Amino acid sequence: MRIMQRRSRRLLAVGALSALTLTACGGGAIDEETQANEEQQSELGDCGEINMAVNPWVGFYADAYVVGHIAEQELGCTVNYKELKEDVSWQGFGTGEVDVVIEDWGHPDLEKQFFDDQGDGSAMDGGPTGNTGIIGWYVPPWLAEEHPEVLDYENLNDFAKDFATSETGSKGQFLGADPSYVQFDEAIIDNLGLDFEVVFSGSEAASITAFQQAEEKKEFLIGYFYEPQWLFADLPLAKVALPPYEDGCQDDPAKVDCDYPETELKKILSTSWVEEGGPGVELVQNFSWSNDDQNVVAKYISEDGLSNEDAATKWVEENEDIWQQWMPTS
Amino acid sequence: MSATLTPPRTSPEPDTPTPVAPRRSLPRVVWAGVVVAVWIVVWVFTRGQNTLARPTRERTDLMDSFTGFRNDVIASRDTNPLIQFTYALGEWFVSVVDFFQRMLAEPNLPRPVPEIGWLGVTAIAAWIALAIAGWRISLLVAASFVSFGLFGYWSDSIDLLIVTFVAVAVSVVIGMPVAIWIASSRRAERPVTVVLDLMQTMPTFVYLLPIVLFFGIGASAAVVSTLIYAMPPLIRIAGHGIRTVSPTTIEATDSAGQTFWQRLRKVQLPMARPTIVVGLNQTIMAALAMATLAAYVNGPGLGKPVLNALVRVDIGGAFVPGALIVVMAIMLDRTTTAASQRGELIARGGGGSARQRRIVLGVAGVVTIVAVWLSRYSFWAAEFPATETGRAVADAVNTGADWVVATFGTLTEALKDAVTIGLLNPLEALLAQSPWWLSALAILALAFVFGRLRALLPTVVCLAGIRFFDLWNHAMQTLSMTLVATMLVMVLALVFGVWMARSPRADVAIRPFLDAGQTIPPFVYLIPVLALFGPSKFTAITAAIIYAAPAAIKLLADGVKAVSPTTLEASRASGATSWQEILKVQLPMARGSIVLAANQGLLFVLAMVVIGGLVGAGALGYDVVLGFSRSEEWGRGAVAGITIVLLGIMIDRIARASADYKAT
Amino acid sequence: MNRSDNVHDDRGTAGQEAALSVRNLWKIFGKGADRIIGTPDAELSRAELKEKTGCVVGVRDVSFDVAPGEVFVVMGLSGSGKSTLVRCLTRLIEPTAGDVVIDGQDVTTAGESQLRELRRHHTSMVFQHFGLLPHRQVIDNVAFGLEVRGEGKSDRRSRAAEIVDLVGLSGFERSYPDQLSGGMQQRVGLARALANDPSLLLFDEPFSALDPLIRRDMQNEVIRLHQELGKTMVFITHDLAEALKLGDRIMILRDGAIVQVGTPDEVVARPADDYVKDFVSDVPRSHVLTLKWVMREPRPDDSTEGPVMSSDTIVRQAAQAALASEHPVRVVDDGRLVGIVDDDAILRVVVAEEAVTA
Repeated sequence: MRIMQRRSRRLLAVGALSALTLTACGGGAIDEETQANEEQQSELGDCGEINMAVNPWVGFYADAYVVGHIAEQELGCTVNYKELKEDVSWQGFGTGEVDVVIEDWGHPDLEKQFFDDQGDGSAMDGGPTGNTGIIGWYVPPWLAEEHPEVLDYENLNDFAKDFATSETGSKGQFLGADPSYVQFDEAIIDNLGLDFEVVFSGSEAASITAFQQAEEKKEFLIGYFYEPQWLFADLPLAKVALPPYEDGCQDDPAKVDCDYPETELKKILSTSWVEEGGPGVELVQNFSWSNDDQNVVAKYISEDGLSNEDAATKWVEENEDIWQQWMPTS
Repeated sequence: MSATLTPPRTSPEPDTPTPVAPRRSLPRVVWAGVVVAVWIVVWVFTRGQNTLARPTRERTDLMDSFTGFRNDVIASRDTNPLIQFTYALGEWFVSVVDFFQRMLAEPNLPRPVPEIGWLGVTAIAAWIALAIAGWRISLLVAASFVSFGLFGYWSDSIDLLIVTFVAVAVSVVIGMPVAIWIASSRRAERPVTVVLDLMQTMPTFVYLLPIVLFFGIGASAAVVSTLIYAMPPLIRIAGHGIRTVSPTTIEATDSAGQTFWQRLRKVQLPMARPTIVVGLNQTIMAALAMATLAAYVNGPGLGKPVLNALVRVDIGGAFVPGALIVVMAIMLDRTTTAASQRGELIARGGGGSARQRRIVLGVAGVVTIVAVWLSRYSFWAAEFPATETGRAVADAVNTGADWVVATFGTLTEALKDAVTIGLLNPLEALLAQSPWWLSALAILALAFVFGRLRALLPTVVCLAGIRFFDLWNHAMQTLSMTLVATMLVMVLALVFGVWMARSPRADVAIRPFLDAGQTIPPFVYLIPVLALFGPSKFTAITAAIIYAAPAAIKLLADGVKAVSPTTLEASRASGATSWQEILKVQLPMARGSIVLAANQGLLFVLAMVVIGGLVGAGALGYDVVLGFSRSEEWGRGAVAGITIVLLGIMIDRIARASADYKAT
Repeated sequence: MNRSDNVHDDRGTAGQEAALSVRNLWKIFGKGADRIIGTPDAELSRAELKEKTGCVVGVRDVSFDVAPGEVFVVMGLSGSGKSTLVRCLTRLIEPTAGDVVIDGQDVTTAGESQLRELRRHHTSMVFQHFGLLPHRQVIDNVAFGLEVRGEGKSDRRSRAAEIVDLVGLSGFERSYPDQLSGGMQQRVGLARALANDPSLLLFDEPFSALDPLIRRDMQNEVIRLHQELGKTMVFITHDLAEALKLGDRIMILRDGAIVQVGTPDEVVARPADDYVKDFVSDVPRSHVLTLKWVMREPRPDDSTEGPVMSSDTIVRQAAQAALASEHPVRVVDDGRLVGIVDDDAILRVVVAEEAVTA
């Protein structure tokens, strides 16, 4: 008991000590910068806060940090980056914890829950980002080069044995992807009569590593993948042709036998945040760029090892003509 | 899990020896062999029927009703009083964490730096360590803090410390009364243990989303999820410590006429103190282990850079912050342990003269004040100077990893194929390709063979639950991977455990790697393992082994070491060779530890099932990841999570009943 | 003269209140134990009862009284229920049935706080494995009983210091238990028991964990303290020599039931059954038996010149004088000749014993 008392007395002393220091000291260079910060803030006007969800893929980092950087530097907003999975981000619209999801690859179920027409209306469509998502079956470049036949699904069965692994036995392995994506591969394989078995990679990192290794070791690999993705800068995967997408061919998940449609990526915004208005809202709504633009920033991050902030800064410095068009008009 | 501490129940009867009836029945292994043989024969005729396999993304009504329930809760969040309450609680956690962050870790805007900069924080931490744990630990703490800055993760590191501190504090506030409760009431112990089992085996991914719903995004979700995962060890170990305070002493002091509170305060808590500190330590370690997962919901800390690097498939980038988590774990572990021992020492008048100590602390205190003052005044002391150290190490790690993959790629491929074809595929064929009723009957029969009725009853309940939740086929796949991984863990445990027990030098050399293996976030080694083995079940098994083997090796090494030296001497005197010594004396006498190591290994492997889902293992792990990734699949994740819990409890109960049955 | 068969021995309690009185005490471990007493099952042997009901008898229908100032020894082999019995006295183990009265207070019906009062002020116990608090210094271990009853720090410390002195531990007040030898630790246990000045001291095999020399020292210590303080003591042991040395009376238990109660010489001279006989067969009888047990009826032709001794003289002490004299010893109690002891009788005891020890 006595020891405890002595210890708590010590801790108390620490507390008192730091409190004393806080009141007694301060000043110098740090104070000057504090003042400068305050001045800058008043100069730029009050844009308010943007709660920017950051979903875990590099393309998203590119969008979020470029827009965030402009909002901070040009409009004087305070941007809070929140690293979240998609579901959590959408939940945050209603509580005011999230204002912007800057790149959405399609979440019909979440729209049902949170859009105005069927759900609580806490979220709304913020318009397209200008990027187009191309989802499909891909093989590593060396394979496309050496066996161009694999790029047509009708020839896949001829190579099933080459795609096989110790786990799939005599069947070919098809690498399913990150579960965040809607996938019909099992049904497609069944309905097209392909001699393949789906092994789910379980995460984007696992899929990327698998493709990198397959290229490195010249191994057979086929799997679900998508563009825009930073991997393409380094490793331009080749897309395998499936029966083309037609409206309605993916309505019944069990009967899917066609390729995935192209997806227009869009922004999802908090309804209440948009209603408040302000320059930040306008900037986000105006934001639109090409797949190439995103790939550049993504490459800065993933290949060149820049931090998200530094990559965004670099792109913003180099591409003023593009982002000037996003600036609020009012 | 729970099996760490199963104190032998002392029966109240006086010490009359109960005559042991000689058992003439066949050994259990033979019976188990018979069961498996029958199983295989029936399997030959029925394989592939009624396996309850279904397309991976087909949902059951049960899953959808779970999802529907969650959606209803979300829809009601503005009016639900419980959510209002928990949300307020969550906001309180956020404000506490935020306060400390602005003091120590993040710029307190418009001030460009925190109120106290790195030099001040390091000095204060070192001074506290000096006061409670001595100068050696103080140096360790200072070095650790400097390394946080040197590798470029100062604020993430301090964030993690803050979240850990808050979560552990709340764990103690809630956990200690519960520990006391289960220590003093046999009736409370059983239901509480089940709840603790649930808290520890339920995959975090399952409850992370509901936690966000109830407590909000960020620090609050991080604190609460950490709390759920980290509190059980404290409750279990402290409860065990309090319960096992020498009964003679309890009796002796009871006979002096003490009240319940007097007994608790003057006898049980002080005497259980070393054990309680061990529990506290375990809780801190578990809290640090949660760091990476909390980052999925914007939990502050070193988990963020780890996840960020994972997204970029940057091995080195994940390694550096991951290694800092290990540094932090070692620092906290050594500090709490040393503080506890030193408290004892000083109370006994050791540890040098009190006067001298006061002078040292006073001088160090002045230095600390100066450091704090500097860190408020000058930039170099406020913000850790940017260095390239972190990036350089990360690049070196990347280069090293590339080399390993390029050099050993073929070899590891062969290893993977051997284990997959020789071990995993046959076992999975038997478990998952049997009709469900056949696997169920076989598991029940094996449970009965190994643990009699005590194992049979929980197995019936758990299997019925697994059947009800309707992910039978995935459960059997997961079970087969779990069993293979555990087998390999035990092989490693036997080899390294015996080696470490027999050679102190090996022990000293290997132990740090075991500590690191236990505390480094799995995300750090996922990518290299993936590069070596590709997305596959074997990759998941490897990750599970890296996580589970250290605990099993340590338990086994300690168990073999504890074998009485007299017995060992006696065997040497009768001319036993080293091999005979190991096989006939050390291992048989360490049987208890081997059983415990196997049980722990199994449960640790099971804890990695979800991580396995991230690297191509499919089955239940994938179901949980899927549930976490897509809102319409949440019900699947919940159902899969419950199934994992049921598997864990089933295995644990069979193992315990089996060990007890053999012991009697 | 043979009263040892009488289970309800009330010797020594005549004319005054007993310090401890136990009536029909039962302890049965197991589920539904309280329903067994009073049924025919209660008559079953321990093994039969366990077979039939799963319950185990710890103490079976035990009754006895202890007079103030008496040292009452309970002895038996391990498993005989003696430790259970002593714990039932202050309800460290809850008895299944029966009454225990200490200093006129009914223990068995006492409420929680009454019971605590009793433990704080009337009884103390010394344990086989000491039961000291490892995190406290000797002085605070000794003061523990005073502390729980709420005495101030300086009061209890000064009282504890006196007791530490009394048990010969001066200079070790500031030590921790693990810095002391086993014998010294038990002195601490003894001091702790004495500190709250109880009227009844209970000892549960206090010296059986100690080595023989220390054990003898501690036994002498108990005898000394008993002479100085005159406390009533109930002393549990499995060591007959210890029982004979310390006990005013000895109660022998077997399978939870009383086999015999009597003074040491009674137990040795007239074992109640083969069990007790077996027990006492190794005892140096000359050290225990008194002349009462070896004398014969006086005959008219006996010499009247032999030495005169009282009937409670121990044979060994009488031997030298008796053998030196040519005449047989005359045993005289209260001025009345009650018997004659021949040399033969003494030699029988002494020589028989040597045969045994050899």
